[in-house]
Amino acid sequence: MEEVKEDTWELRLYVAGKTVKSVTALKNLRKYCEEHLQGKYQIEIIDLLEQPQLAEGDQIFAIPTLVRKFPEPIRKIIGDLSNEEKVLVGLNIRAVKSAL
Amino acid sequence: MLNQTYETGPKKPGALQKTPTGIVGLDDITGGGLPKGRPTLICGEAGSGKTLFSLEFIVRGATEFNEPGVFMAFEEKAEELATNVASLGFDLEQLKAGKKLRVDYVHIDRSEIEETGEYDLDGLFIRLGYAIDSIGAKRVVLDTIENLFSGLSNQSLLRTELRRLFHWLKEKGVTAIITGEKGEGSLTRQGLEEYVSDCVILLDHRVINQISTRRLRIIKYRGSVHGTNEYPFLIDEEGISVLPVTSLKLNNNVSTERIPSGIVQLDDMMGGKGFFRGSSILVSGTAGTGKTSIAATFANATCQCGEKCIYFAFEESPNQIMRNMLSIGMDVQKHVDDGLLTFYASRPTLNGLEMHLVAIHKQIKKHKPQAVILDPITNLITVGSVSEVKSMLIRLIDFLQEEQITVMFTALTLNNIVNEQTDEGVSSLVDAWLKVSDIEFNGERNRGLYIMKSRGMKHSNQVREFVITNNGLELIDVYLGPDGVLTGSAREAQQMHEETGKVIYNHGLSRKDREIERKRKALEAKIATLQSEFESVEEELNKVYVEEELVKEVAEKTRLEMTKLRGGNDTDNMNDKKSS
Repeated sequence: MEEVKEDTWELRLYVAGKTVKSVTALKNLRKYCEEHLQGKYQIEIIDLLEQPQLAEGDQIFAIPTLVRKFPEPIRKIIGDLSNEEKVLVGLNIRAVKSAL
Repeated sequence: MLNQTYETGPKKPGALQKTPTGIVGLDDITGGGLPKGRPTLICGEAGSGKTLFSLEFIVRGATEFNEPGVFMAFEEKAEELATNVASLGFDLEQLKAGKKLRVDYVHIDRSEIEETGEYDLDGLFIRLGYAIDSIGAKRVVLDTIENLFSGLSNQSLLRTELRRLFHWLKEKGVTAIITGEKGEGSLTRQGLEEYVSDCVILLDHRVINQISTRRLRIIKYRGSVHGTNEYPFLIDEEGISVLPVTSLKLNNNVSTERIPSGIVQLDDMMGGKGFFRGSSILVSGTAGTGKTSIAATFANATCQCGEKCIYFAFEESPNQIMRNMLSIGMDVQKHVDDGLLTFYASRPTLNGLEMHLVAIHKQIKKHKPQAVILDPITNLITVGSVSEVKSMLIRLIDFLQEEQITVMFTALTLNNIVNEQTDEGVSSLVDAWLKVSDIEFNGERNRGLYIMKSRGMKHSNQVREFVITNNGLELIDVYLGPDGVLTGSAREAQQMHEETGKVIYNHGLSRKDREIERKRKALEAKIATLQSEFESVEEELNKVYVEEELVKEVAEKTRLEMTKLRGGNDTDNMNDKKSS
């Protein structure tokens, strides 16, 4: 699993201002990453209220949306990420973990 | 009531403001366009033209009304969209470059998306808001927003978000079109009509008897009067054209100008001047009575006056008509070459009735003719019922009268009920009705032409014999004799008969003259004889008289001689004789 270590997970979280949902989502995301991807992840937070032009590029229509830019393929998870199981399946972290 | 809203007068304060769509005909039905600053729902089945409709709204807005628009596509990618409408002459790329249009494709794929926990559609709002603000859009289209429902599973959340979206659009003050696919028993699958309550337009694509017709109906238009009928519309190379089915007013201008029919004698029957400009003329008759010839003659006459004419042929091809007319000495080809005469031939079954009407409309709008010919209208029966054809013709006549275009219909009359109805149906609408009928008599058929009616002018009530000659059409006064109306060879026979009579009569006359002459001559001869007789008698008598004188003279001489001879006083004797 050396390869995985070398590759950093690029995660992007789209939010619109500091809403309850956004804050919850970010909190949840940080927690899962710390648990499962410690040291090899990178979270980028994009506030669409400040940069609305970025919404089109990643096909964002729901808030909050988590986009896994890397590894490919791109995956999207919408919602406040409250269901850990679903998030892990969605990001395909489970598979990585079991391989570990 | 209805008339007022169709007139473009000063807007009442507080009245609903409207955004013109620029789609031909739609603004007439809606009385000015879609409700300004509010969302409108366009629903219909797949392939009913929703996307095109909404895109045309955006494009026309950008090109004709200087209102930039945002097209948010949930179904088709921007490139696909551009390709699809390029055939209609809409250049999306150019509009995009000119900051008049923004196409945003929202890609939703359930397989790529995982939902967990609460979320909202703020992303969509922000995206849309950004698009609107970046070009100052006044128009927005969401096509088809229902795709959200297939991409996301939290239905109740979507509904609240949609409600919020429409509210937000209103606040933004943009005129929006939301499209939705027709569902079972409801206007849209997801019941979008619940949220968009200002204006709902239903598009429909129906196939009846294998003939398709697109129709449009305004189901609801809050705060505005609108046409409630189903209006046919046509999608062709110039986009959508909606046809206002019935003009709601009946206040067309009328003309007193007269135009020739092309048949001198027919003009004579109508006071010597012909039809009124802008009137409608029906020519009906059974098969082979020369209806097309009359129509073509009229077209020819119109073109000879330097005016334009469109000939809608539903039965014969243009070349066929041109060839046939050449046989009666009429060269219509040259008018076609001059651009005055346009043929528009189509099979009745090519389109639905409404499509024909729309097509006719378009042709007329394009060529702006002074006269139009429909030959024959009865063929349209094949694609519609009698009442449908009638209502189509009403609308056509309405439209033509408004445009001051003279129209001539030909109608085939069969001796069955259906077509008699057609006659009746149309005959009450038209201004003039010429009826060509077969007069079957004496083992031959001849054509008789009546003017059944001709509004607003004196016209002959007499039948004329209608003759097709090598030099065109002619009307001949029929023979009205003691045996009734005679036509064709019977008329000619009668004329011949009369001529014979005349000759005989003349002959009789001269014989009598000669008789008199002879009598006179005979009498004169007699007189001459008598004269000569008299002369001879006179001569005879004279002869006797002269002889007597001569005798007397001779006797006297002799007596004197005798006296002398006796010697004596012949002088005394002489005296005696004298005295005695």
